[in-house]
Amino acid sequence: MATLELALDEEILAQPVKRGRRLGPLFWAAIGWMVLVFAVAIFADFLPLPSSTDMDMLERRAPFSAAHWLGTDGLGRDELARLIYGARISLIVGLCAPVIGLTIGGALGMLSGYFRGRFETLVVGSMDVLLAFPPLILVLAVIAFVGQSIFNLTLILGVLSVPASMRVARAATLTLSRREFVIAAQALGASHARILLRELLPNVMLPLFAFFLLGVAVIIVVEGALSFLGLGVPPPTSSWGSMIGEGRESLDIAPRLAFLPATAMFLTVLSFNLVGDALRALTDPRQGAL
Amino acid sequence: MTDRVLLSIENVAVDLPTPRGNLRAVDRVDLKVGAGRTLGIVGESGCGKTMLSRAILQLLPKKAKLSGRVMFDGQDLVSLDPEKLRKLRGRSLAVVFQDPMTSLNPVLTIGTQLIETLQEHLELDANSAKKRSVELLAAVGIPAPEQRLTQYPHQLSGGMRQRVAIAIALSCEPKLLIADEPTTALDVTIQAQILDLLAREQRRRHMAMILITHDLGVVAGRTDEVAVMYAGRVVERAPTPALFKKMRMPYTEALLAAIPKIDAAPHTLLPAISGRPPDPTRPIKGCSFSPRCRYAAGQCHTEKPPLAAAESPAHQYACFHPIEIAAGVPA
Amino acid sequence: MAFFVARRLLYLVPVLIAVSLLTFSIASLLPGDLAYTILADQATPENLAALRRDMGLDQPIWWRYFSWLGNVLQGDFGRSFRTGQTVLQAVAERLPVSIELMLLAQFGALAIGVPLAIVCAARSGGPFDRFMTGTAFGMLSVPTFLSAILLIYFFAVELRWLPATGYVPFAEDPVGNLRFMVLPAMTLALAEWPGIMRILRSDMIATLQEDYIALAKAKGLTPARILFVHALKPSSLTLVTITGINIGRLIGGAVIVETVFALPGIGRLLVGAITTRDLIILQGVVLLVAAGFVIMNFIVDLLYAVLDPRIRHGHA
Repeated sequence: MATLELALDEEILAQPVKRGRRLGPLFWAAIGWMVLVFAVAIFADFLPLPSSTDMDMLERRAPFSAAHWLGTDGLGRDELARLIYGARISLIVGLCAPVIGLTIGGALGMLSGYFRGRFETLVVGSMDVLLAFPPLILVLAVIAFVGQSIFNLTLILGVLSVPASMRVARAATLTLSRREFVIAAQALGASHARILLRELLPNVMLPLFAFFLLGVAVIIVVEGALSFLGLGVPPPTSSWGSMIGEGRESLDIAPRLAFLPATAMFLTVLSFNLVGDALRALTDPRQGAL
Repeated sequence: MTDRVLLSIENVAVDLPTPRGNLRAVDRVDLKVGAGRTLGIVGESGCGKTMLSRAILQLLPKKAKLSGRVMFDGQDLVSLDPEKLRKLRGRSLAVVFQDPMTSLNPVLTIGTQLIETLQEHLELDANSAKKRSVELLAAVGIPAPEQRLTQYPHQLSGGMRQRVAIAIALSCEPKLLIADEPTTALDVTIQAQILDLLAREQRRRHMAMILITHDLGVVAGRTDEVAVMYAGRVVERAPTPALFKKMRMPYTEALLAAIPKIDAAPHTLLPAISGRPPDPTRPIKGCSFSPRCRYAAGQCHTEKPPLAAAESPAHQYACFHPIEIAAGVPA
Repeated sequence: MAFFVARRLLYLVPVLIAVSLLTFSIASLLPGDLAYTILADQATPENLAALRRDMGLDQPIWWRYFSWLGNVLQGDFGRSFRTGQTVLQAVAERLPVSIELMLLAQFGALAIGVPLAIVCAARSGGPFDRFMTGTAFGMLSVPTFLSAILLIYFFAVELRWLPATGYVPFAEDPVGNLRFMVLPAMTLALAEWPGIMRILRSDMIATLQEDYIALAKAKGLTPARILFVHALKPSSLTLVTITGINIGRLIGGAVIVETVFALPGIGRLLVGAITTRDLIILQGVVLLVAAGFVIMNFIVDLLYAVLDPRIRHGHA
């Protein structure tokens, strides 16, 4: 769970680092949920579900039934099917955007942490500039510029993830550059490219991956917020966020329309946070000997 | 002066659970301190002397397990009600830690740290507390005491800070003062001053004192009795003059030899004790000191020597091959 | 110390310039012919050309940038073509709402987070601590808009204690104002308190390991005094920093909350400017907000250096 605690009366016991943290049942439950959501989203077309787009005006906001396990929404569409297809969209944006951020940010971070100097100042400065803008405003402005689409949304969210990934990669690189195996490689005359790719990258990838998972959680939330306001994925495609936004209209009659996708989103975000946090505790290169 | 026993440590053991196994930091120690008397506890780092002092004060880490009794003024501190214990601490039982830079709160003024103790235990009002604080600071030899009240610890030198810590400890007229390596973190030139200050105050107030140190030279002439600790046990205990004149434990001899002597010839090799203190999580069969002892033989490696009395019951040691040495008290 | 300040200031200037450039670029690149949008029905080729000349829209982009920047540095941020207000007027109107929201939210977050952090640190490892830490972690996974609709559902729809949307200025109707602000502020507070609680708790746990706490215990001080005077004070530096950073962040206007609760704050001003293509407002307000954020960070950095001498002499 959270990495912080543990009463540290162990000054006398001088433990180097708690590498052997047991991954509790919560961790595995999170993994289980993630696998479930992924499986369901990928194989949605093969599942025996009612159509997610067929509207049935006679069965609007229907309660749970055998025909519709989770009822129907405001336009009579099957809620479960919509949840599953919504998962697809939320996950697509949620996964692709951080990948973009990770790739660009990770590269920038490693390069600036390794080469230092003016390049580093330039990179860090640019990131600071980017971070000065209220992110939602930036997204909205750019979307207004390029048009509302899943691709554009993913792209701009990816760009906004760059600074954070850059920071993580740079911090990891700074720590690792001083370790003996890097100095040894340099002494052996290895080229920069070789050191970066063979020595540093494998080690930087570990904390970056943990951070990636946390990033997925953040992006799912941001995309959800935008879609909630109708400014994210363009209708008629819907992600969990848009479903929650639509459900808002029916809060007084059928609150489940908002809370079902909300629960799905919450559980997914929580799972990514749990796993990412646990992995981060394990892979932080600042801990450990050498 | 009656030799009333003020503090009696009875069969005290401290165990710390670690991932590598149980760590016995203090191994069944028995010690007594008489009212107004000074006991010196000497040993290398890791011998358990600090743990022992924390055990007396009941300030052990949460995971530590304490067994035995600590009788202070007729009450067993181990089983004492926490609120009563809190009232004893600072009032009858005081402590001075090793490093005054870390033992004084850096964001509170000296005055606050002095006055709060006075107000807590003696229930003085603000003005009286202030006056008394100034008197205390003057008594420990701090110039311009009124100004110090509003200063912060980092504005004072190391020696001054330790004097402040001593003033805090003495503020409520304690019956027992525990000084845990009070001079280790200070310049050598200041060390003697601080030790003299402690000795002087102790005599003036008829206070009992436990002086914990790794330096045998520190306890010479300043303590009534010395206990030498090694690997969590007391290995030799004697009235101070007897310890130096007729030490029995080879470890004590080695400790004494390791003190630089001012009258030695230049470039004299300092005889360090070879080897390192044992890993407390892996207790050694036999005498804990045997791997490093010059005189170790047969039985030393298989049995733990019990603490036995020498010719006088006040002098005890734990060794199968004690030495008969007449050593001079170091300069 | 002066050297430190100068170095940070030197860094500040290029950042602010870059911010202005980026703002201007984004605003200028928004599609839609500005002149056409303004004139709407009255757009004739002559009028369009005249307006473009007037507004300098026919000039190259770099000319427009410098002309805008020049005006900004003299305090003229431009005027909205829709409402006729100057940017500064629009901001002045909306800013109090956002500030009130931010202050109430921060206050709420601190009121929840600080006591919890203290109790958890004092009993760290115990059942309450584990429960609270877990709850804080869980709360971090609840998006703001989710808390918003949850609160609306419970308090506005089910219990009908509080209104779901709306706003009235404090000066007009203090009680009404607070009634409208409770849910939005609570939403934000719920989002902020876990961060505060975690950081303060971890800080205090570290502080409680210090020697001076052991000495305070050895002095026989009451647990309350040790906790609140000896332990909290050194950790309050962190608290100040987090609060400063949060305030800087929230200056951007809590867009989601303002939209959901229909509060006329800076966030909604910006969203409105984007949808109506009101470039002048967009440029001006984004510049103010971004610059405000950068300056706020700068102040927090300075504050940190003032309170902790080590930072002054070493490197942050």
